[in-house]
Amino acid sequence: MKISKYNRILLLLTTVFASYLVAVGVDNLNAIPIITYTIGFGTLLVTSLMLNLLGYDALESSIVIIISTIIPLSLSLGLVWQYFTGLRQIYFVFSLLGLFAIALSRLSSLVKLTPILISLVHGISGLTIFILPIIITINHRMPPIFYFVGLGGGFIGVGSLLLTQLKSNYPYVNRQVILNIFPILLFLATLSFVIGFTAY
Amino acid sequence: MKQILDILRSKTSLYWSLTKSMQTGLLLSTGIAGFLTARSSVIQWATLLELLISLFLAIAGSTIINMWYDRDIDAIMKRTCNRPLATGKVSPDEALRLGLLLSISGTIMALFMNPLYGLVVSIGIFLDVVVYTIWLKRRSAWSIIWGGISGGMPILAGRVLGMGHIDLVGYLLAISILFWIPTHIMTFNILYYNDYLSANIPTFPSIYGFSRTRAVIAISSILPAISIGAASWMIGIQWGFLRIFGVMSVGLILLAVSSIRKPSDLVNFGLFKYASIFMLASMVLISFNLK
Repeated sequence: MKISKYNRILLLLTTVFASYLVAVGVDNLNAIPIITYTIGFGTLLVTSLMLNLLGYDALESSIVIIISTIIPLSLSLGLVWQYFTGLRQIYFVFSLLGLFAIALSRLSSLVKLTPILISLVHGISGLTIFILPIIITINHRMPPIFYFVGLGGGFIGVGSLLLTQLKSNYPYVNRQVILNIFPILLFLATLSFVIGFTAY
Repeated sequence: MKQILDILRSKTSLYWSLTKSMQTGLLLSTGIAGFLTARSSVIQWATLLELLISLFLAIAGSTIINMWYDRDIDAIMKRTCNRPLATGKVSPDEALRLGLLLSISGTIMALFMNPLYGLVVSIGIFLDVVVYTIWLKRRSAWSIIWGGISGGMPILAGRVLGMGHIDLVGYLLAISILFWIPTHIMTFNILYYNDYLSANIPTFPSIYGFSRTRAVIAISSILPAISIGAASWMIGIQWGFLRIFGVMSVGLILLAVSSIRKPSDLVNFGLFKYASIFMLASMVLISFNLK
């Protein structure tokens, strides 16, 4: 299936917005959040660029599931590191173990474990990105616009779920629908992050 | 009057296609990037304009001479058989005259602007036309190294014009283009394998096979990233831009590894396009790294 012109433009805009976030959007933060956000937004940048260059065939690779895990994990780790200092170490260990476990299950003979691991890791990291900005804005630690980061997390969460469906043997959603929606979700997520990160 | 205008329009269009405008444009952008990396506190617009004109004349001129020399093989290859010289829309003498006129005027202009800059431009034309196209292209698959070196000359020339001397950053920038050009040529060698075979041009895939060529493409995709990354760091590029370099380099390495592990035309062509965008983005980043 070919990418439509409309989706190609959205992917290009996603690349541009993600580049902005990597280059400028995280400039005023501490070292660890800069690293984690760079990994997250950088993955968005490379993913959107490769989708534009290789087409939907890029999604056939076995590392897609791993890449789709990196984005929520790195962004949620950045948020936890910045605002919940008491949970830093435990969340850092969870992120590393989660990514390692999914990569191992995906690239080895433990493929049957992948859906369980994905539900666990994506569930926790996705909810973290979605809920943390609400708590942070309610506590007046950041202006309300920061909630857009949570919205972006929501879009990323839906995108990750759809990608998992794409790799599933018994998908609930039609493949064509998933492929058509995916660039839109990537774009909306990146746009939301750009708006949310103006709070810094 | 209208007839004259029509003839002029058609000639301009034919001459323009002789210059391979995309390739000339990309090489020109590297020259501008090289000049802007010199970080003059005020951009010297007049010098920049002179650089643009002289480099355009030199690059376009040598491209036309190359096309003049290769007109016989262009006519055989499907990819190039519609070029103006191969189809006879432009006569060989006319093309040669135009190529010589442009390249000589570009070189003279460059020498007047700055002798060292002019020397680098002249060496670039000599390596491209004489060493690469006339001497080695039909004899050895390794000719692409010389194609790469001549391709690195515009960025070195731009840097030399900005700095007034040749420095390590200039070499690194030139090396990054040198390593990028083989990915460009070899990708075309694979995509149009039969074309090159029928034209009797020795290429890496025809001599060393597809898998080795893909490995060389993968390695030569990564080396420019290292080289231009080092140059950017030495120039003093902002951290944000360096982060983009880092991120894009990781993507490049992943694609390169993927092209070796699971080779296919799609991944191979994707790597070529990604490497080209990487180079273009790098040029933009080092050019506009204004503090």
